[in-house]
Amino acid sequence: MIAELGLVALWLCAALAGLQLVAGIAGLQGSAGLAGLAMLARPAALVQALLCALSFGVLLYLFAVTDLSVNLVAMNSHSDKPMIFKLSGSFGNHEGSMLLWVTVMALAGGLIAALERRLPERTMMATLGAQAFVALGFYAFLLLSSNPFERLSPAPAQGNGLNPLLQDIGLAFHPPTLYFGYVGLSVAFSIVVGALLTRQVTPEFARVMRPWILGAWVLLTIGIVAGSYWAYYELGWGGWWFWDPVENAALMPWLAATALLHSASVLASRDALRAWTVLLGVIAFSMSMLGTFLVRSGILTSVHAFAVDPERGSFILALLTIYIGGALVLFALRAGTVAEGERFTVMSREGALVVNNVALSAILGIVLLGTLYPLLTEAFDVRVSVGPPYFNPVSAIFVLPMLVVLAVGPLLHWRRDSFARIRPMFLALVGLGAVVLLGVWLWSGIAILPLLGITLAAMVAVGSLLPLRGRNLRRMPLAVWGMVIAHFGVAVALFGMAADTAYQQERLVAANVGDIIEVGPWTGTLAGVVPVSGPNWQSIEASLAVSYKGGEPIMTHPQARAFWSPPTETSEVALVTRWNGQLYAALGNQAEDGRWQVRLWWKPFVTWIWYGGLLIALGGAIALMGRLSVDLRRRWAQRKIADRKVDQAERAAG
Amino acid sequence: MRRLLLVTALVLSSPMPLAAQDSLPPAPYAYQQLDDPELEAKATDLMHTLRCLKCQSQSIADSDAPMAGDMRHQVRTRIAAGESPAEVRQWLVDRYGEYVSYQPRVTASTWPLFVAPLLVLLLAAFILRGRLVKRKEPGK
Repeated sequence: MIAELGLVALWLCAALAGLQLVAGIAGLQGSAGLAGLAMLARPAALVQALLCALSFGVLLYLFAVTDLSVNLVAMNSHSDKPMIFKLSGSFGNHEGSMLLWVTVMALAGGLIAALERRLPERTMMATLGAQAFVALGFYAFLLLSSNPFERLSPAPAQGNGLNPLLQDIGLAFHPPTLYFGYVGLSVAFSIVVGALLTRQVTPEFARVMRPWILGAWVLLTIGIVAGSYWAYYELGWGGWWFWDPVENAALMPWLAATALLHSASVLASRDALRAWTVLLGVIAFSMSMLGTFLVRSGILTSVHAFAVDPERGSFILALLTIYIGGALVLFALRAGTVAEGERFTVMSREGALVVNNVALSAILGIVLLGTLYPLLTEAFDVRVSVGPPYFNPVSAIFVLPMLVVLAVGPLLHWRRDSFARIRPMFLALVGLGAVVLLGVWLWSGIAILPLLGITLAAMVAVGSLLPLRGRNLRRMPLAVWGMVIAHFGVAVALFGMAADTAYQQERLVAANVGDIIEVGPWTGTLAGVVPVSGPNWQSIEASLAVSYKGGEPIMTHPQARAFWSPPTETSEVALVTRWNGQLYAALGNQAEDGRWQVRLWWKPFVTWIWYGGLLIALGGAIALMGRLSVDLRRRWAQRKIADRKVDQAERAAG
Repeated sequence: MRRLLLVTALVLSSPMPLAAQDSLPPAPYAYQQLDDPELEAKATDLMHTLRCLKCQSQSIADSDAPMAGDMRHQVRTRIAAGESPAEVRQWLVDRYGEYVSYQPRVTASTWPLFVAPLLVLLLAAFILRGRLVKRKEPGK
């Protein structure tokens, strides 16, 4: 009965989205006869948000009580699982994650309908209509081909369980974070379509869109950082980025959102780059949908697996074609009427941001090509692999110049600046880069990419702080703080990546209890190996005493863990974190002669990758707070002015 | 997450010979380094660019799959025997096809991978020219 309630709520949501679409179109027409219909757009969005939340709540409840008569629960849950993983299991599968997607989308739609008052009314109606149109496609997908509430009869005695790799607290929150990000970009997309329909591509439009882009971008950043750290400690081999198509699927929207964020800033502050911002808005959401398609269609497992059961994949592909194709056609039709906007010189903040935008788009193009190309050739039965040896150098062609511009760009003034003004700072940065480059090269002679990475990290770190020079820090707007922190985060993450790549040390040994293992500055002693067991797993656990440069030993406990439902083996690594890096210890199998495989890595500054990523997200969050508080203050001021007018009118009348 | 799912699926569904192979102890250099750090570094760099054929998107340097272990053993013993990384890669490609190498080569079926970045570079230069150079004299 409860499951059916969820399903009914979902169908009602779809109907409301239909209503919202019609109302939006009526509002776009703007004729007085349809005003009554147009008035329904906002309430339709609000009720939809509530019903969708109810529907998702129902799914959570079904997982919480492990209702095995529901197919999805039986397939993905198990009554012995810890509660938190029962709940996260509700979106750790295809149907549940799509329900989460539409729920977040409905909540976002409700939020714009409730709060957004800055857009011209017709643009607002067109935006709500576009939002409903996108939502309708996803409701159709969910209801027609991925019903999460489908019943199973007879109900089995026990469920299949959740893949143990997914039974991890980090991963429980990883997919929702990414989905929130994807959906934030869908809002930006709807606003873009609305503005194109009414030809209102203005700075005000960019200001309305900006918090959504910022929010989406912050969440995508966190999602990628969390996913990378999860892969790092869960897979047991110390890698943190694999250029895996699943990772690329999240990276591509992030790249597009980063470009969009900067371009929207130019539009908001300077009324320039109008068409470019609109195009990026379309591309950013396209990449979100493409990411969903890649991950959800099964095409990554095998093109042929996709061809055998193409229903879901084709559905998403059709949606992608309709929305993106439609938006691009609209863009082509309207691009001519969207004036270019204000002009600027090469030596200006805008000029630097254009370089940033073009470079980010180029990187996006490379990642897109490298991700899709193997799928394309596989369709013709030619199997090729595209991996780090391709992505690293080819993307570096664009990343390296972009980082140079990142170090210098924020120093430039808007519209028009002269090189003479920033020459001292520029020369200081170049000098710093040269010193670091030579110093590191002479000291350790590492490979070219990490060497350039460390050099540029130093330049970006200093360059990102230079805009603080000569400013009153207490009166500096939050948005500028956000920029400084995020750019500094780029430097921190870059340094971590380069340092780990260049200086990590690896030790793989077969050890007896009592053996001493050395890796870099660490000395480890295998003190013992014992079996341990948990609620749904059994492990072999090593006790490994490690000491840094002969200091106080620290006891660590890497495990080789075996889950039984479904049967899976995982490696639970032990990490010892210092400010300057991490010791990474993993336990493998026992060899014939009774020795244990132990894998140790010393990874200098590896944690800086994720600290940097979090700083980037923090910068975005601070900028978002800044933008929102300015908006709130403006609203408050407007209300006061309006009140005063009413007062004056009343006094005049009385 | 999906790559390990796939490993499990493949291991469970693979035909008997592989299952038999799984029960053998791993080859000596699957989980053991070469004594010469220089050769080991060479081998490790190479292993990071070879695909584990039983996993989804993992290199043989990042995988617990038995087959990845066997391939690591092959790479280490061949490098130790004095083969160059390029020769070892070629040997593996001859056995398993281009799919095993993460480093695509310019061939009839992969040339677009190398032409496209050049096109992107040209396009980027073109856009930047259009956006920036044209505006040396901003509208008055």
